[in-house]
Amino acid sequence: MTALRYGISDTLVLAKRSLLRIPRQPDLLVGFTVQPILFVLLFVYVFGGAIQTPGFDYVDFLMPGIIVQSIAFGGFVTALGLADDLKKGLMDRFRSLPMARSALLTGRTLGDVVTNVFQLVVMFTVGLLVGFNFSSDYAEVVAGIALLLLIGYAFSWVFAFMGLTASSAEAANAYGFTILFPLTFVSSAFVPVASMPSWLQPIAEHNPFTKMVDAERALLLGIPAGNDVWVGLAWTLAIILVFAPLSAWRYRRVVAR
Amino acid sequence: MVTVGSVPAAPAVETTNLHKRYGAVEALRGVDLRVETGSVFGLLGPNGAGKTTAVRILTTLLPPDEGSARVTGFDVVRDAAKVRQQIGLAGQYAAVDENLTGFENLQMVGRLYHLGRSRSRGRARELLSSFDLSEAGDRLVRTYSGGMRRRLDLAAALVARPPVLFLDEPTTGLDIRSRIGLWDAIEALVSEGTTVLLTTQYLDEADRLADRLAVIDEGVVIAEGTPDELKHRVGGERLEIHLCDGERGEEAVAALASIASDRPFVEDGSVRVPVAERRGTIANAVRRLDDAGIAIDDISVSSPTLDDVFLTLTGHAAEREAEQAEVQSS
Repeated sequence: MTALRYGISDTLVLAKRSLLRIPRQPDLLVGFTVQPILFVLLFVYVFGGAIQTPGFDYVDFLMPGIIVQSIAFGGFVTALGLADDLKKGLMDRFRSLPMARSALLTGRTLGDVVTNVFQLVVMFTVGLLVGFNFSSDYAEVVAGIALLLLIGYAFSWVFAFMGLTASSAEAANAYGFTILFPLTFVSSAFVPVASMPSWLQPIAEHNPFTKMVDAERALLLGIPAGNDVWVGLAWTLAIILVFAPLSAWRYRRVVAR
Repeated sequence: MVTVGSVPAAPAVETTNLHKRYGAVEALRGVDLRVETGSVFGLLGPNGAGKTTAVRILTTLLPPDEGSARVTGFDVVRDAAKVRQQIGLAGQYAAVDENLTGFENLQMVGRLYHLGRSRSRGRARELLSSFDLSEAGDRLVRTYSGGMRRRLDLAAALVARPPVLFLDEPTTGLDIRSRIGLWDAIEALVSEGTTVLLTTQYLDEADRLADRLAVIDEGVVIAEGTPDELKHRVGGERLEIHLCDGERGEEAVAALASIASDRPFVEDGSVRVPVAERRGTIANAVRRLDDAGIAIDDISVSSPTLDDVFLTLTGHAAEREAEQAEVQSS
């Protein structure tokens, strides 16, 4: 019982530490505020006119996709932080303390949830300002937000794994962007899959990121969902179930030197 | 030795036959150590000797492959959680978070020792003031100098007033003023009864701080004792000569063979010759070298230092080798 209480309090202490970094590193703060806003404005006002989205206003088509994309990158602080902790000897300090060792990972990923909430506020505000319409009911929006937070949490574990695998924070940064950027763009997030060349369509169609975006589109735009929501949810849970143990395994390996 | 009644107190640190292997490299090959409560124990050796591995095992960061270790009576593997409540660790890197303030760093460590919110804050303020960091306490650590970071790192190791403190090369890379400042801080702690196990590759540091020393090289302890005992082991006086012509070291050794009491040592144009008698040695040596036509830049007789101890024991100099290892690893 005490172990559980300490586990929770240690996680909270380290989540707070992870969050304090963001406002203190201007490039991170820009990454979580200015950058996604710029992306929305670019897509809506520059590319939007050239992209055909039958049945939707482009703003309505875009917002669920771009929100899922930015929330997926929210866990980036975890990769940076873990890579730094390993390199700078902080991991040794933490592991010599009578704290719950699991909190080193759970604290980071919990911190990301708070970052994700902040990102959602920014993205929904900007979305409403450029004319996004929720065409769904209250319950669907709540479910949409819950799924978004779960998606963000899933990608935090992906980033945790990257941070523990990369040799430095810079390398973690490079991994994150070279792997996740193509994944998010070869999907239904920004353009309809049907507009892609026929060889690329099956890839985009089966991309888990497409499934998540389709689930959010169904929930936020109130369109008939079919199985989209369940498939998106299943993929999200699958990522957590794979990457959380993988990160824990990687963590044990990397500190045993 | 500290005793409680007539029963000797358990040593603060005790290891038996510690082995650790990394792939093909045997970092520790059977290390036995015993650190009495309240003493300062120095683990002295070049880079790669196994010092850090020993500290990592003792601080529960790494399990030994063989052998056992106890800290304040608790086994580092079986009772790891209890050991962690007894120890503080300050490492080779200043393990502090650059994106937090000094105060936030110490407060966080207090919270992770489960001191509670208000005690963590109080302890943080207290430590900042005793390490002369009060004014910098609310600044981000990334604005700190190297010496300030090390002081904060040491402060972080002391948050829970641990009875046993592990300092892994606490002053490596610091300028001399910061080193002396850190030494003063360590001495103050010891006077309050904290047991300290310190690793260092600096012989002057070991000489100044440690009550007892173990010299470790290639994973084994090759000598143990007080600094004075170890110096005695090397024996008497040594004659030290710097030659004008660095190439003629061997000739100088030959010329001085009859006054040497042990094997002389030649390095980069300087010659060290153990001698039995201090009196008259310099005049004698100058005469012989003059007869051999070897010019002298400088000549002196000195008592043994820990440098000499190290040289005698390992057959190589401590610091030079350590520097090379550092160059290779960076």
